[in-house]
Amino acid sequence: MNSHDPFTLALSLILSGDPGLFGIIGLSLQVSLSAVLVASLIGLPLGAAIALFRFPGRGVAITLLNALMGLPPVVAGLLVYLSLSRAGPLGQFGLLFTPTAMVIAQTLLVLPIIAALTRQAIEDLWEEYREQLQSMGSGRARAIPTLLWDARITLTTAVLAGFGRASAEVGAVLIVGGNIEGVTRVMTTAIALETSKGDLPLALALGLVLLALVAAVNATAYLLGQASRRHMQ
Amino acid sequence: MRHPRRWPSLASLLLLLATPSAQVTADRPFITLASTTSTEQSGLFRHIVPQFTARTGIEVRVVAVGTGQAFAIGRRGDADALLVHHRAGEDAFVAEGYGTERRDVMYNDFVLVGPRADPAGVAETRSIQDALAKIAASESAFASRGDDSGTHRKELQLWGMAQIDPAGQWYRQLGSGMGPTLNTAAGMDAYVLTDRATWLSFGNRQNLMILFEGEASLFNPYGSIPLNPARFEWVKADLAQQWHAWLVGKEGQAAIAGHHIDGAPLFFPMSEDRAGRVE
Amino acid sequence: MSGLPPMAGQHPLLELRDVSFVRSGRVLLDRSNLALAPQGRTVVIGPNGAGKSLLMRLAHGLLEPSTGAIVCRCNGSAAPRQAMVFQRPVLLRRSTIANVTHALALSGVPRRLRRGQAERALARFGLADLAQRPARILSGGEQQRLALARAWALEPEILFLDEPSSALDPAATKAVEDAVNVFHDKGTRIVMTTHDLGQARRLADEVVFMCGGRILEHSPASSFFDAPATGAAATFLRGELVLDPHEPATLPATRR
Repeated sequence: MNSHDPFTLALSLILSGDPGLFGIIGLSLQVSLSAVLVASLIGLPLGAAIALFRFPGRGVAITLLNALMGLPPVVAGLLVYLSLSRAGPLGQFGLLFTPTAMVIAQTLLVLPIIAALTRQAIEDLWEEYREQLQSMGSGRARAIPTLLWDARITLTTAVLAGFGRASAEVGAVLIVGGNIEGVTRVMTTAIALETSKGDLPLALALGLVLLALVAAVNATAYLLGQASRRHMQ
Repeated sequence: MRHPRRWPSLASLLLLLATPSAQVTADRPFITLASTTSTEQSGLFRHIVPQFTARTGIEVRVVAVGTGQAFAIGRRGDADALLVHHRAGEDAFVAEGYGTERRDVMYNDFVLVGPRADPAGVAETRSIQDALAKIAASESAFASRGDDSGTHRKELQLWGMAQIDPAGQWYRQLGSGMGPTLNTAAGMDAYVLTDRATWLSFGNRQNLMILFEGEASLFNPYGSIPLNPARFEWVKADLAQQWHAWLVGKEGQAAIAGHHIDGAPLFFPMSEDRAGRVE
Repeated sequence: MSGLPPMAGQHPLLELRDVSFVRSGRVLLDRSNLALAPQGRTVVIGPNGAGKSLLMRLAHGLLEPSTGAIVCRCNGSAAPRQAMVFQRPVLLRRSTIANVTHALALSGVPRRLRRGQAERALARFGLADLAQRPARILSGGEQQRLALARAWALEPEILFLDEPSSALDPAATKAVEDAVNVFHDKGTRIVMTTHDLGQARRLADEVVFMCGGRILEHSPASSFFDAPATGAAATFLRGELVLDPHEPATLPATRR
């Protein structure tokens, strides 16, 4: 059965219904989607607020946000590790080597993407809408939900970009999660493990499964978008 | 507005996915074991941990990293016990008060692996020092882990014994685990020092084969160390002690001996506690 | 119902007192005074760059004047409701009716009343059939009518319009003018700018003529069109280029 063709292997892995594999897939989705959810809850209003309000150091904040889109995952992982370690400031919560730590680390990676892209989208929209919204009595704060909804298509792409980053990274979840079998092993760390064991066909097959997973999430988002657009007509 | 009707279904879906895996929350007692990549990749834990859990009901969560990192994790109190293979480091760890005690658990050996063509002529040598000297003299490619792991420390010790300071284009420091280092060595037809367990379970050998083995200095002992509760009050000292005792006891030793790949054992039990020979 | 310039003994509804606007050292609107009576349709005309749109935005409160104050008084309450319609309609990416309910929400109308008021506003301007359509796919004329319907739903006491039909074809233009009269008939104060003199003649009760950042004339429509008081206005009405008798003043560097 051990075919060396990664496509066949990937398919047989999925069809086999192997509980270990599906546990890993489930955890990968949970961690990345949770991170994206938290990052969106913070990043969308944060990006909009930075877009709309003038404050000292605004330019620095925008530059920093943009720069952090490129935060290396392994650095983010290291920072979270040092914070959550027993010897660190947040050690008393005992969160190291748990999925929660992984969600925290990935949120750190996804948040700048969502906030920075939101900031740009909302700033452009505000230019267009400012006078009319002000005429109708909407101050900047009140305009935030209006603009976020209006930019929903662009923002969905930003959120999907964040999800892509979360599902793709291995450095952060490896350090803070420890790649513990059955507990903190996700698709990317499993792929890294199989690669380091030299089982390259299996690693590649897992990679294809991961790609299919991410594609499925994106396809779902796209279909939901299409459905809601048809609903409007 | 039409859209509010969409929200409940989307929200509940997201909420369902957002709560990290319930299987992880500790209803079962567990310990965190910092061990090495070589041990994990050999599949040892998959073989012996279920037996321990069946006996005691305690889960063992293995964080597999390089030996240097395992000691670092231990020094920060982020684990409950260690299972590593660097005697000097283990003794220091206990002496500095981070661990309670150190016990022998098992051993295997290191082997020198290299390209079939053997450009340095290592296969005919009689000692590991000679082998390394020939590699250095012929400047044949040598892949070093370079990551402060047990294997890396052993490798440096052997260079030291041969009184050679390896440097130059041929000596490639990779900063990787055993598996990636083997991958790279296979890719560049380089010599590499590896532990036998990882080698036996490694799937990407390409042109590589064992060229030198069997010498006493290649002996690779593993030690278990429970973390010191006096130093780290949160450590699950009792659970860790159960693991430690089981490992060196009859059952654990038998479990270790029973772990094979293609009929060959990967580790040899070594504790003084085990009664009699085990097959 | 013709409106009269402020000297008719009524309290003005909207006053600009000594208002000027300076940006980057350039005086875009020189110290101006203007008082608008509670009723009528005021049309602001003048050559490009005269400051008409600027005046509107200052009067509506979208910009802060550099000097002076905008004083608004209506029935004792400090802030009369105002609405503004722009040359290009600004609509949200949602349905036609949702654009109106959003405006109603902003003005504090309770949720249960919004839909009904919105539907009535759309019906008043012939947009009832388009209620569910995405506002952005409406034609230019329909979008501008939607902007007007949205303003209508807010029941403003003053309606500002900044060149509302410049971008529209003749049929849509007529629809906009009819809509303006709907507001006027209800008693809404109209203040609009236009560069279409025919439109100005059709709609104006009084005219404000601006040139080079200054208000040069403010008089009833009939007297303005028949006999403008200033040469610049006369030139403008003849359709000729007005060479500014006064250039916009540039402040010397020291004063800032």
